[in-house]
Amino acid sequence: MPATTFRIWRGDPTSAQFKEYTTDISEGMVVLDAVHQIQAENAPDLACRWNCKAGKCGSCSAEINGRPRLMCMTRMDELPPGETVTIEPMRAFPHVRDLVTDVSWNFGVKERIKRFRPRKPDAPDGTWRMQQTDVDRVQEFRKCIECFLCQDVCHVLRDHHKHEEFVGPRYLVHLAALEMHPLDTEERVREIRRAHGIGYCNITKCCTKVCPEHITITDNAIIPLKERVVDEFYDPLTRLLRVFKPRRGASKDG
Amino acid sequence: MDPFTTHEHEVLVIGAGGAGLRAAIEASALGCRTAVVCKSLLGKAHTVMAEGGVAAALSNVDDRDSWKVHFADTMRGGQYLNNWRMVEHHAREAPARVRELEAWGAVFDRTPDGRILQRNFGGHRYPRLAHVGDRTGLEMIRTLQDHGVHQGLDVFMEMTVIDLLRDGDRVVGAVGYDRERGRFHVWRAGAVVLATGGIGRAFRITSNSWEYTGDGHALAYRAGAELVDMEFVQFHPTGMVWPPSVRGILVTEGVRGEGGVLRNKDGRRFMFDDIPDNYKAQTADSEDEGWRYTQGDKSARRPPELLTRDHVARCINREVKAGRGTPHGGVYLDIAWIKARIPDAEEHIRKKLPSMHHQFLQLANLDITREPMEVGPTTHYVMGGVRVEGDTQMSTVPGLFAAGEVAGGLHGANRLGGNSLSDLLVFGKRAGEHAAKFARERGAGALDRAQVDSAIDAALAPFDHGIEGGGESPYAIQSDLQQIMQDYVGIVRLEDEMARALHGIGLLAKRAEHAAAVGHREYNPGWHSAIDLRNLLTVAEAVTRCAMERKESRGAQFREDYPGKSEECSKFNLVVRRGADGSMGLERRPVAPLPEELAAVVKENA
Ligand SMILES: Cc1cc2nc3c(=O)[nH]c(=O)nc-3n(C[C@H](O)[C@H](O)[C@H](O)COP(=O)(O)OP(=O)(O)OC[C@H]3O[C@@H](n4cnc5c(N)ncnc54)[C@H](O)[C@@H]3O)c2cc1C
Ligand code: SF4
Ligand code: SF4
Ligand code: FES
Repeated sequence: MPATTFRIWRGDPTSAQFKEYTTDISEGMVVLDAVHQIQAENAPDLACRWNCKAGKCGSCSAEINGRPRLMCMTRMDELPPGETVTIEPMRAFPHVRDLVTDVSWNFGVKERIKRFRPRKPDAPDGTWRMQQTDVDRVQEFRKCIECFLCQDVCHVLRDHHKHEEFVGPRYLVHLAALEMHPLDTEERVREIRRAHGIGYCNITKCCTKVCPEHITITDNAIIPLKERVVDEFYDPLTRLLRVFKPRRGASKDG
Repeated sequence: MDPFTTHEHEVLVIGAGGAGLRAAIEASALGCRTAVVCKSLLGKAHTVMAEGGVAAALSNVDDRDSWKVHFADTMRGGQYLNNWRMVEHHAREAPARVRELEAWGAVFDRTPDGRILQRNFGGHRYPRLAHVGDRTGLEMIRTLQDHGVHQGLDVFMEMTVIDLLRDGDRVVGAVGYDRERGRFHVWRAGAVVLATGGIGRAFRITSNSWEYTGDGHALAYRAGAELVDMEFVQFHPTGMVWPPSVRGILVTEGVRGEGGVLRNKDGRRFMFDDIPDNYKAQTADSEDEGWRYTQGDKSARRPPELLTRDHVARCINREVKAGRGTPHGGVYLDIAWIKARIPDAEEHIRKKLPSMHHQFLQLANLDITREPMEVGPTTHYVMGGVRVEGDTQMSTVPGLFAAGEVAGGLHGANRLGGNSLSDLLVFGKRAGEHAAKFARERGAGALDRAQVDSAIDAALAPFDHGIEGGGESPYAIQSDLQQIMQDYVGIVRLEDEMARALHGIGLLAKRAEHAAAVGHREYNPGWHSAIDLRNLLTVAEAVTRCAMERKESRGAQFREDYPGKSEECSKFNLVVRRGADGSMGLERRPVAPLPEELAAVVKENA
């Protein structure tokens, strides 16, 4: 692929606009390589985040031709040939500069979620026993690289700005990982409904579509959590039983 | 004078990878007000990229394993230049540190009886690496991060420390800037833990990110601390080689642990052709025996692909130089072949090596369940680092501690795969504990305003240079340095080439004085790179000087002009320290002999 033109969002919250840059593309290049090349050739102060260049750290999130993606995992040859490539920062977060946004809200959300609390060890040496099949689902959720692309695309945050009331898909995945962890004994269902606002999600599945780790956010994490909330709050029998029989961590994943 | 904000803590941890987080968790668990500063966002440090696993003699898969075997393996891998005290702590304490992660929520892959599963890795006698597919580092950093944020750490994300502050002979804080606004900060603390990781960005082909500019090594050096073993830089045998933009990105050793084999362009398993004498007894005779080993047959010995990294990297280098390489200058790493041995091989590969599968599919358009990969050596890890005391992790400067990749000693001349993640846990904890103790005993020190001002002035200098005023782009200088190190101080070393490199580094240091930054102070990567140059140049010089001084081949250092090991060189470690006149001083320090019990452990497990 020869020279390609990029429209890149430049500036800070006080003034920003698209600027065009043209650079040569060679075989196998990804969008992040092009951004680095532009940095080295024309715009040394072009701000962007990255670390691993291999889709493992979740730093290089941006909107490429309007789609939330990792720049390091978007190959130039999968974009329409000959057309200008548009790169913008994630729009759901406050802008800092160029392609960098302020994602600190996300880190604050996690602090509000109750931490992991394991049951007593199974063996005298202080260790536990878990079968692989019992942890497969949790491992799927724990693949999350905290790129926040799902947060970026979710309309509850992006369009309706419910940051106070709703934790967003990333943290519903996190909650699901905790709730379905075979060893965990913490009680979170009340918060999932109230403080974490699961009711705001109307299962549009946009988050699942953008997840670079292919976590089936909606079907595997959110819907089961919604079911738990329903069981717990609207099923009198479950409530009654809970009074007599505290849940055992191991049976949580049902 | 540029203004700055001052933060007061008992313990300051610089770096939020595995070592930094583990240190901070420990210090704060002991009741110290603890700050963590890191260049990137929380959870993005290098540790997140680690793939294969964390080494600990849990003996879940093979009950013949024990801390003693782990001890002997690590000493052998390090060619006996290791700090034996650290090796002992590491081997004894790693299992407890791994189990502790499970108690904090980590979910490792499981054995059939429900315990933590362990896999084979180069240089480890038994399956020893606890893992989660090939994303072990992610599991580790996320577990520590999630545990840490609930413990009340003060985290300063996207801030870079540029210098340590001293009060007399003691380190009492640090000065840095925040990337977002370009404003300066001073952290005052009773003790400082360096956990800044490595130096890979000094080389052109590397698995390391922009963060790895040797900051911690250089900060410690400028503060008067000693660095040890800097000649030992690990070149990982398997990095991606194609397409060019991904060159250097790591292909985990886990591929070979799962049965992947190396072949040259003629299809030959060339690793069978060159097995070092000290590993002969432990290495498979035939392809079949090697395969059985990877599948857990306890009577089989490991295939030569799982010899130590230094050796495998050199063999690959030799194949390529001899014209037996692949079209893009690597060799083939084939995991797809296991189809011939097991049913559902494709599914198995996807399950065991999911991120490798994804990485190759996405970046190289190649399906590793069907085709072999092309791989070649990549700069990966630095064994050398801040010289620390084996029990406390304190450097030769009071109040300054170091843990993780930035510390030297544990790995000697060559690190075994998986021994880094365990290093972070074991010595992160120890550093945090002893830093807390030191801070409590000694209290805060006095801040010297003049030191703060001169650090800030130096950091702002690139803006004064301007490109018009004869200043130069920092990217060009960095790129030239990487080329010099790659060409002359890389996997095969020669006296006169290294002399050329040293001369080149000197010239680059002059150019770096005029590195220019344009634009604003806010989130300006050009400015940040200009500041990093000084650190890169310091570590490049240290690596080169030590590599020249060690006139032998041992572990990760291969000297074409001295291809064998020398008895004389087996007796010392090289120590680097800044001299009174600011020039780099080099010293041979005798290797401390193993105490009798440990010498016996090595012998029993030869
Ligand atoms: C691709 C890859 C795969 C690997 N796989 C394995 C494996 O399977 N098993 C294994 O044992 N090892 C593996 N390693 C090695 C291992 O991951 C690293 O050695 C280890 O993670 C280093 O951890 P650390 O805590 O010392 O530093 P890091 O995790 O690198 O963290 C360094 C921290 O210091 C911060 N920092 C640096 N400079 C400054 C500064 N000036 N100011 C403020 N903060 C600063 C950074 O921002 C970062 O937070 C792998 C390495 C790579 C690159
Ligand atoms: S499925 Fe729910 S969480 Fe996901 S994007 Fe839609 S509304 Fe948001
Ligand atoms: S769930 Fe997926 S999209 Fe969301 S933050 Fe995690 S990896 Fe990114
Ligand atoms: S740079 Fe790490 S995910 Fe893109």
